[in-house]
Amino acid sequence: MRMRIHDSNHSGEEVPLFLDDRPLTARAGENVAAALFASGVKALRSSPRLRQARGMFCLMGSCQECLVMIDGRRALACQTLATAGLHIETIPPTSANV
Amino acid sequence: MSEFDVAVIGGGPAGTHASLAAASTGLSVALFDDDPSAGGQFDRALRCELASSKVSTFFAHSVWAVTGAYRIDAVGPQGPVHCTSRALIVASGTTERVVPFEGWTTPGVIGLAAARILLNSQGLLPGRSTLVAGCGPLLAAVAAKTLENGGKVEAIADLAGTADWVRTLPAMAARPDLLLQALKWWRTIRRAGTPRYGRHSVVRVEPASEYLRATLAPCDASGLPLNAHRTTVLADCIVVGHGFTPATEITRLLRAEHRYSRGAGGWIAVADQDGRTSRTLLYVAGDAAGIVGAAASATCAMLTGLACAFDLGAADPSRLKRRMESLRGAQRRAVRYGHAMAALMAPSAAHADSIPPGTIVCRCEDVTRAEIDAACDAGAHDMNQLKAWTRCGMGPCQGRTCGDIAGELLMRRVGAPSREAVGYFSARMPLRPVTIEALTGDFNYDDIPIPQAAPL
Repeated sequence: MRMRIHDSNHSGEEVPLFLDDRPLTARAGENVAAALFASGVKALRSSPRLRQARGMFCLMGSCQECLVMIDGRRALACQTLATAGLHIETIPPTSANV
Repeated sequence: MSEFDVAVIGGGPAGTHASLAAASTGLSVALFDDDPSAGGQFDRALRCELASSKVSTFFAHSVWAVTGAYRIDAVGPQGPVHCTSRALIVASGTTERVVPFEGWTTPGVIGLAAARILLNSQGLLPGRSTLVAGCGPLLAAVAAKTLENGGKVEAIADLAGTADWVRTLPAMAARPDLLLQALKWWRTIRRAGTPRYGRHSVVRVEPASEYLRATLAPCDASGLPLNAHRTTVLADCIVVGHGFTPATEITRLLRAEHRYSRGAGGWIAVADQDGRTSRTLLYVAGDAAGIVGAAASATCAMLTGLACAFDLGAADPSRLKRRMESLRGAQRRAVRYGHAMAALMAPSAAHADSIPPGTIVCRCEDVTRAEIDAACDAGAHDMNQLKAWTRCGMGPCQGRTCGDIAGELLMRRVGAPSREAVGYFSARMPLRPVTIEALTGDFNYDDIPIPQAAPL
């Protein structure tokens, strides 16, 4: 089943993205977190102490769980509009012993 | 630095209506929001009205600092901006409450509000198959919208029983339009044959090949699972939400007086019916002032915008008063409905008792319930002691996700008579994580003036 809904708000124009150099497709108007979620990419980071997989949770810029590197800068995936050619990288776990 | 009469933080229905009301009296208004556009998913007409108004909008701007003199610092797409204002209206909305359960941090488990954003503004189904769990009117909204768009809802697990919903009917009758909407959602759900488990909660989520396996348990009225037959549901997205807590970081930061109100969703700034807080020219509007829902937020926020104009000495005060009086009836009706919905989502103190010891409460710092209990037993009897001892609430979300739950756990463990007795996490700047790079912008090292060396 396709995750994308056909509605009047979305033109259906495809937007190419890269996740850790792997090509993905978003639909124009989606934010990066939603686009990754719809592509089946659920885990976005690793928790600081227990190193557990974490992913998009609140989708409104509050929980900070979708923090990734976008074109080399730290950004919340849910607050970043998916635009053509964005390079998204997951942030490697810190080596700090916390 | 730009100067405004009024700064409004939050561009949802409340912030937008407050801005428009204040601007309509001739005041200069600055409106800030993290999102790229106004009004959330609620109202396109409102967005047009805002665009044609004199309100200066700062969308896609994350406010990271607010001072006692009402200076606002934000970071936007063009870098840092700041302004000062004579009055400040906080319409920062809410944070969704999710009472932790085993496996709630698993990727693929998302908030009910997140699912609603996926459906309404992102044009996406939450999953190929979805379990919708928690409480409140969003359950039906999310399940029905998923079904209407061709998605599959495996089940709905509702903390409330049918009797709890029936009790809200008299208040819902105050807003027949919204009642009708709710009935339509339930009709869609019934026609799809989606099972609804009343008085059930999710007690565990675990990965099961490409799906997530959720375990549902019958629960009592407070949300505590009963030792009875478990049901398992396979879905690739688990949507769960237990109501909302008002976002009070800014009013806490500014040391306005606060009180805890279970019915209003948690800590709220003490305010009059027009949103005046204990601090001069500081106002709260919408759900940030206590959960009332979008419809009531809009009406109350208009009153807040007008009250603010009145207090700032805007022209023609008697006309302002008449405008305010004309809104009172609508305010009463909308608030009555909003309070009934909020009651369905109001947290029960015993719900936090259901959290297993090994379950993470603070997602940012990986702090478990057992660690919180241990700190409490060792003498941490105040939220800020708990934070200092365990790092609970010290991470990048600043305790927005865990603060309410940690407060419940601490209160119950200490045996404190109220949430007031254990307090709340101090709010600190930066309100949102901000990189030094975003504050400095692009610069050339050669342009940085080097001060004269001190004489030896």
